[in-house]
Amino acid sequence: MSIDLSQFHGVFFEESFEGLEIMESELLDLDFKNPGEEEINKIFRAAHSIKGGSGSFGFNEITSFTHVLETLLDEVRSGKHQLTQNEVNLLLTSVDCLRDMLSAARDKTEVDEAHVLSIQTDLEKALGQTPTDKKEDDSSSDSEDSSGTGWQIKFIPHHNLFQTGNDPLRMFRELEEFGEIITTVKLDNLPPFDKYDMEECYLSWDLTLTTDVNEDSIREVFEWVEDECDLTITKISSNNESNVTTTEDETIKEVEQTEDRRSGDRRKTDRRGSSGSESSSIRVNIDKIDSLINMVGELVITQSMLGQFGEDFDIKNIDKLNDGLKQLERNTRELQENVMQIRMLPISFSFNRFPRLVHDLGSKLNKKIELKLSGESTELDKTVMEKIGDPLVHLVRNSIDHGIEMPEARVAAGKSETGTIHLNAYHEGGNIVIDIEDDGAGLNRERILKKAIERGIVKEGEMLSDNKINELIFHAGFSTAEVVSDVSGRGVGMDVVKRNIHDLGGVVEVKSDEGKGSTFTIRLPLTLAILDGQLIRVGSQTYIVPLISIIESLQMKSESTKSIAGDAEVYCLREDYIPILRLHSVFNVSCDSTSLDNGLLVVVEAEGQKVGLFVDDLLAQQQVVIKSLETNYKKIEGISGATILGDGTVAMILDVSSLINLYREHADYDALSAINNRAA
Amino acid sequence: MNPEVRKESVIGLEAGDNTNQFLTFMLAGEEYGVDILRVQEIKGWESSTEIPNTPDYIQGVMNLRGTIVPIVDLRRRFDLEKVEYSNTTVVIVLKTKSNETEKTIGFVVDAVSDVYNVTEEQLKPSPDFGNAVSTEFVRGLATVDEKMLILLDIDHLIDADININQSEMTH
Amino acid sequence: MATILAVDDSASMRQMVAFTLKGAGYDVIEAVDGVDALNKAKSSNPDAVLTDVNMPNMDGITLITELRKLPSYKHTPMLMLTTESSSDMKGKGKSAGATGWLVKPFNPDQLLATIKKVVA
Repeated sequence: MSIDLSQFHGVFFEESFEGLEIMESELLDLDFKNPGEEEINKIFRAAHSIKGGSGSFGFNEITSFTHVLETLLDEVRSGKHQLTQNEVNLLLTSVDCLRDMLSAARDKTEVDEAHVLSIQTDLEKALGQTPTDKKEDDSSSDSEDSSGTGWQIKFIPHHNLFQTGNDPLRMFRELEEFGEIITTVKLDNLPPFDKYDMEECYLSWDLTLTTDVNEDSIREVFEWVEDECDLTITKISSNNESNVTTTEDETIKEVEQTEDRRSGDRRKTDRRGSSGSESSSIRVNIDKIDSLINMVGELVITQSMLGQFGEDFDIKNIDKLNDGLKQLERNTRELQENVMQIRMLPISFSFNRFPRLVHDLGSKLNKKIELKLSGESTELDKTVMEKIGDPLVHLVRNSIDHGIEMPEARVAAGKSETGTIHLNAYHEGGNIVIDIEDDGAGLNRERILKKAIERGIVKEGEMLSDNKINELIFHAGFSTAEVVSDVSGRGVGMDVVKRNIHDLGGVVEVKSDEGKGSTFTIRLPLTLAILDGQLIRVGSQTYIVPLISIIESLQMKSESTKSIAGDAEVYCLREDYIPILRLHSVFNVSCDSTSLDNGLLVVVEAEGQKVGLFVDDLLAQQQVVIKSLETNYKKIEGISGATILGDGTVAMILDVSSLINLYREHADYDALSAINNRAA
Repeated sequence: MNPEVRKESVIGLEAGDNTNQFLTFMLAGEEYGVDILRVQEIKGWESSTEIPNTPDYIQGVMNLRGTIVPIVDLRRRFDLEKVEYSNTTVVIVLKTKSNETEKTIGFVVDAVSDVYNVTEEQLKPSPDFGNAVSTEFVRGLATVDEKMLILLDIDHLIDADININQSEMTH
Repeated sequence: MATILAVDDSASMRQMVAFTLKGAGYDVIEAVDGVDALNKAKSSNPDAVLTDVNMPNMDGITLITELRKLPSYKHTPMLMLTTESSSDMKGKGKSAGATGWLVKPFNPDQLLATIKKVVA
């Protein structure tokens, strides 16, 4: 029978990657001088499982690599080997290597074999092995003495044989498969009846087995009970010895050779696995599923209740109908909240990689850094979390590289030698907020401004507020690193970070105190598909403005509106000059009145720019489901998507930053830049 | 409002080899046909929501059971005289292919006509009309039952739409 | 048909073992570690036990020791799944009362052949 083992690969890879994470986090926390027993066992077991699984599923290179790793861990846990700091680092490197090997196996790509070999060699050296040590060869010795007709076997089990669940009968049945067997039972050791313990074995046997198989095959049958019996095997030579051809029996070899080794090669390394680092499955707590099922149950009840009203409609029942509809609303809202919950995972999945990252990067740069994590249980959408990973890494690397100073510099500045980076996640108003706070040197505004002028981003002599200067670091092409280090300056700039976060519907800001530290704050919507929106009306058109981008809405006072260069209009709001964007002209739709007095101004912000949208009316605020325009049509400037309102009609969702771009294209005078050039 | 006419009700006519089935509709007195396999459904006209800054033949978008579907007014697209929509106005929802992706698009027409089998032999290439119905979109002409059918290639109709739109947008 | 209690903390191994055994007509009870196995053992009556050695909460050797204390498991065949081919582990297992072992890695055919040895 051949079973397709590839169906188990997915689970194997998943659990192996999890095992590697356990190994890594335990290794990071390990006190190598005095490792805790439970901790070292955890690491050992994880490696052991990977070795076992990879062997069974045919990933032989992983098996041999992990075997060496496991052997070292075994020696540590049995006290035979004392770990050094370097060895801990080597173990961490091995974990990385295994990760690569597993990914390669899963994605069916190549792994850097030279690299693997070098790490394996290092591990072997740590074990005190010469690198050419092979896995122990447990092939049984080939005593190819196959001449003769059979064997005489004397089998005397010890009294306690049954207590290990063994049964001589089964072993004899196995022997029967080799050839004809004649058994003679010996009753020599039977005790007197009153001393007879039925759970003990007092019998022994003389067996004559007519067969061609060799002695080792017979011993193998008794392998399990080797220490629990006396076994003598003697050859019965045939009468015509001289005629016996000593052609070795192939079938003997087959039985004899360690089958696992042979079939390990025979078995196809069927490396069909899911590609990419984003998995398309998600683990869900069974409770979440149960409450979903309950909710759907209630929905069904409400639906059949409402159905009844439909059957015999009587205007008298209108109140009951309304109650039913209210209940429907409750049911659907609960269902919606719970379904969204399914895709939610705690951010700890993302935060997990940081202890290692901080440890490695910190030691590479010779900086002392402590990482604090809080709010790891804060939940967010799985896809959002996958996409926020890279930006987070970049920001943390940035803090380590540019934020935290060298220990001496810190001490000189009156700070503690060890810098702190604090990652904190929490929910706030329908969003998830992630703070990356460091107590490092903070942003050097002078240097930033200088670089910005050098690169032509800012004009010499321009006056900018502190915040505006801070924001410059998110500008494309801006990097204050003198040398593009492989750490942060790798062509992935802050502008990419900002763009990635923006693509998720979120924002990133920075606050900094020179000499004291900086805090980067990322704000993201909890899920990608749903938006809190403000409905607005322009003429007969309804649009949705994302609530997160609205700063305030107001009725304009004509004395506060100013016209610049005859064309661009701005509104004077306290000390800000807000350019007015007439939606009716940008979208070419009619509106109630073009007079600014008669409409409302919705002040929105995107990418640091504020703009006021001139609209006819503010309607309700509601959560809307984002539907794509691009699925069946294409991307429209100023529009991020569409939604279906309660009455079944379609409404467009505005894309504020794209609108600002559109405005720039339409307006002759760029009021925006005029305003930017003024001190805020 | 016309009830939705399901595609199923017109299947049952036999199609042999080298024969294609076309659903035909009326537009300004002419009869046009589209490959019936591309027809998803036929709806009576309901309102649509305007999409800003699109050519005027893009009527807007409509909610089709939760999906946003753009609506093209074929009269305007072919530069024909505009008419008011009435209760015989229908929208034919077609599955089109544009650059390897499938897009569901609705087309406003005057009225749905019939379903015809057209063999390869009956299909003749179209001469240059010299009007807005560019020969790009026309697959060919067919004469069936003494009627002349103008058979459209909807994929090219859409492709051109999207490409034209994009170039219009970037000025 | 015979019932096997299969114990392994690795889900992929458990799945593979269960699939193989079920395919051959055996009934399978799965457990994720020694504690889980002991609980399930007390409320069931398997014809054989197949257990991994290295598991959290209670390892395979301890499981076998504990199982042997239960009256109904005194003579039940119990096999260890082990990657150690050293006599050390085998000896420990036997002292604890294991019937035999199956060395990892193994393929489905080997698994079935070994099970056949103990569940005739």
